[in-house]
Amino acid sequence: MSTRTLVSPAALGRPGGKVTYWTVFTVVLVLFTAAFLFPVYWMVTGAAKSPDEVARTPPTLVPEHWRSSGFTDAWDLMQLPRILGNTVVQAAGAWLFQLVLCTAAAYALSKLRPAFGTVILGAVLATLMVPAQALVVPKYLTVADLPLIHTSLLNDPLAIWLPAVANAFNLYLLKRFFDQIPRDVLEAAEIDGAGRLRTLWSIVLPMSRPVLGVVSIFALVAVWQDFLWPLMVFSDTGKQPISVALVQLSQNIPLTVLIAAMVIASIPMVALFLVFQRHIIAGISAGSTKG
Amino acid sequence: MTKTAQRRPVQATTVRPVPAHPVPKGRGRRRLADQAHAYAFLLGGLICFALFSWYPAIRAVVIAFQKYTPGSSPEWVGTDNFSRVLQDPEFAAAWRNTLTFTLLALLIGFAVPFVLALVLNEVRHAKAFFRVVVYLPVMIPPVVSALLWKWFYDPGAGLANEALRFAHLPTSNWSNGADTALVSLVIVATWANMGGTVLIYLAALQSVPGELYEAAELDGANLWQRIRHVTIPQTRFVILMLMLLQIIATMQVFTEPFVITGGGPENATVTVLYLIYKYAFLYNDFGGACALSLMLLVVLGLFSALYLRLTRFEGEA
Repeated sequence: MSTRTLVSPAALGRPGGKVTYWTVFTVVLVLFTAAFLFPVYWMVTGAAKSPDEVARTPPTLVPEHWRSSGFTDAWDLMQLPRILGNTVVQAAGAWLFQLVLCTAAAYALSKLRPAFGTVILGAVLATLMVPAQALVVPKYLTVADLPLIHTSLLNDPLAIWLPAVANAFNLYLLKRFFDQIPRDVLEAAEIDGAGRLRTLWSIVLPMSRPVLGVVSIFALVAVWQDFLWPLMVFSDTGKQPISVALVQLSQNIPLTVLIAAMVIASIPMVALFLVFQRHIIAGISAGSTKG
Repeated sequence: MTKTAQRRPVQATTVRPVPAHPVPKGRGRRRLADQAHAYAFLLGGLICFALFSWYPAIRAVVIAFQKYTPGSSPEWVGTDNFSRVLQDPEFAAAWRNTLTFTLLALLIGFAVPFVLALVLNEVRHAKAFFRVVVYLPVMIPPVVSALLWKWFYDPGAGLANEALRFAHLPTSNWSNGADTALVSLVIVATWANMGGTVLIYLAALQSVPGELYEAAELDGANLWQRIRHVTIPQTRFVILMLMLLQIIATMQVFTEPFVITGGGPENATVTVLYLIYKYAFLYNDFGGACALSLMLLVVLGLFSALYLRLTRFEGEA
């Protein structure tokens, strides 16, 4: 476990080294807590303060009374149940569509040798070069009036779900993983009489749990956190997800209520992170070293 | 329709003789069935890519040369959209702001995570804690981070000025001052996004072989010399990659200026993407918006191409 880093273990073992180490450690600990945790702490306590207390200077470090009325007001006044419901529907649908369609496409590209497979893969990877946000206006125009069938998906969750599938990064991640599954394993299944769908379902997918987990987390987080696209697509306030609703409502609600709503909006993502932190952190770290 | 197309060949494969290792070129009919299969799996994804990635890319080019209002048929107007956009005083401001933002984000958001990762790599206690804490802001929705910092920057009871007063320093206008607004937004973006960069650097640092440090130390290299001659050359590639990725990401900044400053004060924080949004949804000028998108696309495309070129090169080496 003890791999050699910049500072040698011997240097740390010396009395002077120990003092330096613990000094640096304390400084880093204080710095990290102040920079990354304190703003979050300030948000949570701000939501628990009374409107007077939030506006007070100098501010109180700990709320005088921990009030929950900010949270209950946010829940009722901002109609958070409906807004969170919208967000959950959009995120879950995008996740499902991505998982089914991207997995199927990646499997086909990796194992089924479709004609022009390399051309298709090239066209998919080319979209990685085109920054998504720069194409947001023509994408909006397409969604507002789909070619051939001339239907508008505006104010419809499909406007989130279907474009989410066109995610070259996730598709490529899946394809790369499927590429590593030996052909012999699939052929063995074929000899046993399994069709391609059966092979995918009973052999490939169970072997791909790690990558499916990563893709799932990416898919959920992306929808929950997206702002510009849902802002364009959902003009109907009754259908907006949490990110858009927060900004639209931020102008005319009391500060403590807004802060409480911000805390509530963050809870699902932070919870997801705390539960899957090992996988998420490992995923990010692994993605980098491969290059 | 697709369902029956999928079912039939399943039975066909069960009777078919077992193929030898690389699938041999079977008879035309079987190959056709295989292709039908492959495309049945591909179809959904292919349609989505065609509709929401490839088609919009083509349309951006087309509409950039059209007068386009939804509902009425478009007219070709040549390069009118480009000349109109170029004459807009906000155009120069948007590009200046975007480039300044990118540069500042590079200076702050680039050196700081590297130093943090360097220090974290030496820390032998509470490793998991540091990793979780540094990544926590990344998981908070960007809109929440932006609103949170908008509140911190409040000239009255905002935390930022309270902290300055506490330290007996002069207060600042932060996001409300024309000359400090952009820097304030860079701080928000850096705070919110640094976690990912730190984790990637950490992974890169861990792949530096320990013997190199040992050898350097035997040669009498001090701490700084070891960083300069071992750490940085060994992680050079990751540093370069992240730099390019960050440039591409920060040039598309939108949420922070939209939520915190609304592009103000005095257009000090209007970015290119924000201007695209304004052309489309405030001025209803989709031709102008697409002309702008195309310019942004070309600039970002150059960086993307460079990135892909470098990753491929390193992959082969």
